[in-house]
Amino acid sequence: MDDSLALFIEIVPTLLAAVPVTLVLTFLSAVIGNTLALPVAVGSLSPHIYLRYPSLFYIFVMRGTPLLAQTYLIYYGLGELFPGTWVQQSFLWPYLRDGFWYAIFAFSLNTAGYTGEILRGAILAVPKGEIEAARAYGFSRFLIFWRVTLPRAIQICLPTMTGETILLLKATSLASLITVWEVMGTARQIQKVTFRVYEPLIAAGILYILMVFILTRLMMVVEQSINRHRLASV
Amino acid sequence: MDQASLFSLLSFGPDGWGMRFVEGLVVTVEVSVAAYCISLILGLIGAGAKLSNSKVARGIADLYTTLVRALPELLLLLLIYFSGADALKFILSLISEDFEDFEINTFAAAVAALGFIGGAYMTEVMRGAILSIPNSQIEAAKACGMSRFLTLRRVILPQMLRYALPGMGNLWLSATKDSSLISVLGNTQDLLFMGYRASAVTKHYGFFYSVAAILFLAITIISMIVIKMLEARVNRGYR
Amino acid sequence: MDTTLKVEDLHKKFGAVEVLKGVSLEARTGDVIAMIGSSGSGKSTLLRCINLLETPNSGRVYVNGELIRMKPLQDGTAKPEDIKQVERIRSKLAMVFQSFNLWTHRTILENVIEAPIHVLGLPRKEAIERAEILLAKVGIAEKRNFYPNHLSGGQQQRAAIARALAMEPSVLLFDEPTSALDPELIGEVLQVMRKLAEEGRTMLVVTHEIGFARDVASEIVFLHKGQIEEKGPPREVIGSPKSERLRQFLSATRH
Ligand SMILES: Nc1ncnc2c1ncn2[C@@H]1O[C@H](COP(=O)(O)OP(=O)(O)OP(=O)(O)O)[C@@H](O)[C@H]1O
Ligand SMILES: [Mg+2]
Repeated sequence: MDDSLALFIEIVPTLLAAVPVTLVLTFLSAVIGNTLALPVAVGSLSPHIYLRYPSLFYIFVMRGTPLLAQTYLIYYGLGELFPGTWVQQSFLWPYLRDGFWYAIFAFSLNTAGYTGEILRGAILAVPKGEIEAARAYGFSRFLIFWRVTLPRAIQICLPTMTGETILLLKATSLASLITVWEVMGTARQIQKVTFRVYEPLIAAGILYILMVFILTRLMMVVEQSINRHRLASV
Repeated sequence: MDQASLFSLLSFGPDGWGMRFVEGLVVTVEVSVAAYCISLILGLIGAGAKLSNSKVARGIADLYTTLVRALPELLLLLLIYFSGADALKFILSLISEDFEDFEINTFAAAVAALGFIGGAYMTEVMRGAILSIPNSQIEAAKACGMSRFLTLRRVILPQMLRYALPGMGNLWLSATKDSSLISVLGNTQDLLFMGYRASAVTKHYGFFYSVAAILFLAITIISMIVIKMLEARVNRGYR
Repeated sequence: MDTTLKVEDLHKKFGAVEVLKGVSLEARTGDVIAMIGSSGSGKSTLLRCINLLETPNSGRVYVNGELIRMKPLQDGTAKPEDIKQVERIRSKLAMVFQSFNLWTHRTILENVIEAPIHVLGLPRKEAIERAEILLAKVGIAEKRNFYPNHLSGGQQQRAAIARALAMEPSVLLFDEPTSALDPELIGEVLQVMRKLAEEGRTMLVVTHEIGFARDVASEIVFLHKGQIEEKGPPREVIGSPKSERLRQFLSATRH
């Protein structure tokens, strides 16, 4: 028992040092993925079938296959393309070898699919009257989307997005399987070095719980500030 | 390598990976079904606990769902896998000295872990479904003099299905995808593991991971069709 | 006086059903036209065809003498020739809806300055000044920083009217602006509309408030099954209706 405690104290700094990696993975994937979700959602609602079908198909594939399979496909599949080409000589090569960027790429594409579907539903849920009012006041189609439909849709799907972001934070642990030393990967590394099974995993688990807790709180604040108007009338 | 020879790698003959992938598909479906059954049982128990009058039961159920939902699936899988293995070894060592090197059945441990994870989400789905049943239905059962157990069996469970089915369908789809995680445990023979193995041997990573992904997609498509049919069935007489 | 709004021989079909069967209408500057008619007679459809929220199958709409150019399609419908022209003309035809349709993600003030800034290209400062005057005019200046859902229906509708006025429109279109309101809130909205009429604004008002129509309108139009059955000065139309249907309609709504 004392033994365990000592080990905990020893490994916590190492694990803490990996927390930023997990957070950056989450943050970058969320930003890129949610941005990509916009064209996906818009495309999926387009009247043109050559925009709509590909978007719907994209959503379907991202939601219909395991994230781990997507991650491997991107890491190993793309990695397969570069060796022996000019890319290997280019200044980008150090980045192109690093699992970190593949992880970001995979998580972003996956998030774009999930958020795309959520945003698509939210866009459909925007009250018709508010869009019609904008039309009646001479807004162009772009302006209507940018000033009315999109902000309203984001407001509508925000609670769901909070949950999705937590799921993304947890999913970044898969990056450990493509050699990214975020919290999970570091914990497994410690396992191998110390020959101890439980302490590293439990310590990592505590860190994940803390991160989830803080992220939930943060998203609540964001949600409240965006949803002020929804409070019951005074 | 050209297209034709790539596909010949997928042949069903002795040199092809076709048969292996079919086996992987079967393993993935088996693991998913088994884990899903465990999660159904845990979900029912969890929902019962959450809605019970016992503070202790509610506390434990809350802890269960909160922890599982805050921890990465991969971490939980490893944690449960290792502790399950240790527990089993311990029990077996009590019985006999010869089990020292016992190789824990990976399949069983993985299924238990996935079921445990799914059970937390299932708890929420079932709790929501029970709460959606109109109170009048339960009162009517009481008024007929049904015991609590009888009410549960004859009134609550059958009606619950209708409310729970959409959530249960989503969790089934998650279960099939989450089952891919077990490939990290080593020699699991599941679909993603086959992708891993085939691509490592042939160096055609993109191709074989795509094959695995397409087969997962096939599972999803078939599952979605079945779920739609079940929903239509359960909703008979309500629309 | 100038003709601000002119509608000629407007036809509108939904599928096989003809909802408007050749409606013509003219509003000169300062006219207040009240449109009455039973439910389903096509009043909303007419308003919505005027600012092209619905596309009429045929007919002509002129705003300040400018014809909204349409081109007929194969299937008997039509579509605007130039969407930019439509958007420009819409900005001159401000509409007030039965269900307010305020943008709920923006405050009252933001609702009022939104279109002037983004459609008319007004500088923000100027738009705010204008909005504050208008909000004071409709009596909700102190609610400027509230979100629509925090206001009563009557206050929301007055805000919607301020939003319409901020466009400095040539014509104000009202579609049953008081129908969604509790009875005790109707008065405050009608009072604002009365004030606008006295200022000499050109208005086209679909309403069930016969009293308001009688007192405020310069002309009353009775729409029946997609056609104008009767029109004229309020005193004549309400006082001595010629058509049997209008008589029935009036006696039904009065009690
Ligand atoms: N988008 C639409 N598609 C099909 N039919 C429609 C549509 N909009 C209106 N209609 C039909 O057109 C007819 C006229 O509708 P309209 O809304 O103009 O009536 P109204 O005079 O405004 O009635 P109310 O007093 O109830 O508002 C109705 O029969 C209605 O069902
Ligand atoms: Mg109407």
